[in-house]
Amino acid sequence: MNELALLVAATLNGGTVLALAGLGLLLNERAGIVNLGAEGMMLVAALAGFAAAHATGSDAAGFAAGALAGAALAALFGALVIGLHTDQYATGLALSLFGAGLSAFAGVDYTARTLPPRPRFALPGLAELPWLGPALFRQHPLVYASIALAAGLAWFLLRTRAGLVLRAVGESPESAHALGLPVRRIRLAAVTAGGALCGLAGAYLSLVYTPLWVEGMTAGRGWIALALTTFATWRPARVLLGAYLFGGVTMLQFHLQGRGVELPSQLLSALPYLATIVVLVLISRSPAWIRANMPAALGKPFVPGA
Amino acid sequence: MLRLEPRPQPSAALAALAPVAALVLTVLLGAALFAALGRDPLDALRLFFLEPLRSGYALSELAVKAVPLALIALGLAVCFRANVWNIGAEGQFVAGAVCAGGVALQAGPATGGWIVLPILLAAILGGMLWAALVALLRDRFGASEILVSLMLVYVAIQGLDWLVHGPWKDPQGYNFPQTAGFAPGTRIPRLVAGWRLDLGAPLAVAAAAAVWLLMSRSFAGFRLQVGGLAPDAARYAGFSARGALWTALLLSGGLAGLAGGLEAAGPLGQLTPHLPVGYGFAAIIVAFVGRLHPFGVVAAALLMSLLYIGGELAQSRIGLPKSLTGVFQGLLLFALLACDTLLQYRVRRARPGAA
Repeated sequence: MNELALLVAATLNGGTVLALAGLGLLLNERAGIVNLGAEGMMLVAALAGFAAAHATGSDAAGFAAGALAGAALAALFGALVIGLHTDQYATGLALSLFGAGLSAFAGVDYTARTLPPRPRFALPGLAELPWLGPALFRQHPLVYASIALAAGLAWFLLRTRAGLVLRAVGESPESAHALGLPVRRIRLAAVTAGGALCGLAGAYLSLVYTPLWVEGMTAGRGWIALALTTFATWRPARVLLGAYLFGGVTMLQFHLQGRGVELPSQLLSALPYLATIVVLVLISRSPAWIRANMPAALGKPFVPGA
Repeated sequence: MLRLEPRPQPSAALAALAPVAALVLTVLLGAALFAALGRDPLDALRLFFLEPLRSGYALSELAVKAVPLALIALGLAVCFRANVWNIGAEGQFVAGAVCAGGVALQAGPATGGWIVLPILLAAILGGMLWAALVALLRDRFGASEILVSLMLVYVAIQGLDWLVHGPWKDPQGYNFPQTAGFAPGTRIPRLVAGWRLDLGAPLAVAAAAAVWLLMSRSFAGFRLQVGGLAPDAARYAGFSARGALWTALLLSGGLAGLAGGLEAAGPLGQLTPHLPVGYGFAAIIVAFVGRLHPFGVVAAALLMSLLYIGGELAQSRIGLPKSLTGVFQGLLLFALLACDTLLQYRVRRARPGAA
């Protein structure tokens, strides 16, 4: 593959982790819930996915375990936040810290293991196209699934009745409650589904992207995914775009190193985080624009009858 | 169906009881975890919670670890009370340690103990500077302080990594990524011969008293908290939200930086990539478990330190991974959040037919 194709391939690969997690968090936030626990869910899911794939030899089992782990932790978060009205920020932080601890603890035995090499997926015909063919059509199926997911989520949120209900719960839970909608059940469902997507992202990381289990391997991707939802003003297509942008920035460091650019490797490693700050600043400069798009009840607890 | 009903008056006694209930719950969950791992739960719990308290020296070690946790959490308590979500204290800790290290490396073998003062001042300034970046971007551009402060943690860690691999690497260090050991004069004065406990402990206690005076006895502290509890009321009263943001972040950054400086020039005596061990994140839990109250924070820091030492003992004595500490920390915060609600609300059986 030529250099550009390599960069494109790596960008799609790295961006998919962020896209899956970002879309999951977007689903949460459209229902009015901020889950700062993304990093923790992704870590536990990365381990669960790796362990399941290691034990069964099946990637599908790995992804299922990852999604399940993410959903389970998200349900715990949801039970606390929605059932017991705990503070969303504090509970999310607790989840992130707990997930980091739990995965480090339970993952000790998996750090030195590897997964057997697996055949690479290729779309027949298209993968042999010159130039970008291999880069675009020789990716893991989840890469294409995440693109379809973004489209599906956009359709769901904007074109279906269920999506309208979900958005109503995120904009004004009081009104939705007055209309007789089961606000808390809807929020819990959205949080759990969002957690499952964060779990898929974690499993993608440990099964496809690296593929290894290392303590703390998400390295802030959960937080970058959180930032993505704001950048994207809560639009699925823009989450996808942002994810590839950040995937590209991450890959740029390897690319530049490969070309012998004389920069400290630490500066290159810091690039994705610096880029997040820069984009956050650029986007946040027009608060009116963000506010106009932000779910109105984002982060606010809903206590029925209060 | 059970439902939650707010208590007419949140009771102060129950609010103080919640952390105790959370601790009991954590211990029970911990015992279940040990049993699931095939260890004797009582034995493991004794190792975790009693062994670190056995002797004077053990208690001093407990205090050594509690100092950075308390200092950082004191600042975070102020932040959280002002509704400023600084979760990047780890980065401010590293920035403080790096600045302290920069000064300490200037000292020669003959440099006197006076150097400790500039070292600690540099540490405070370093932490403040790192937090000021967060305040600036939040104030000027409205960027989320949660995300900016967190991203800056990774930047600070990479910065430290670069320094110890590059310009500050010890030429006589056998190519290990670390600075030269600091000169003897830079050592933070120790309190008791043979113990690692140093000046940091009285400093942490003084900081707790100062934060208490600020938050409970001063108008500035009152304004901070009104801004956090009721932003509209604060605006109506003419209290500056920007002032609160800057005050909270500079204060917590300074304290986290101080903790970093004390760690670098105290127990470590040099800069290495292993300086950040997550105190900045654990301090978030400490702040909440301490009820965001300065004296509560000190008690919670001692408890959290116990968990750290217990984790180390569990690793050396019964071969469980040290990261068990992280599991306990997370459980503790979860349990606290849950207990908080159950103590602030009453569980009532819903009347049939009621929504």
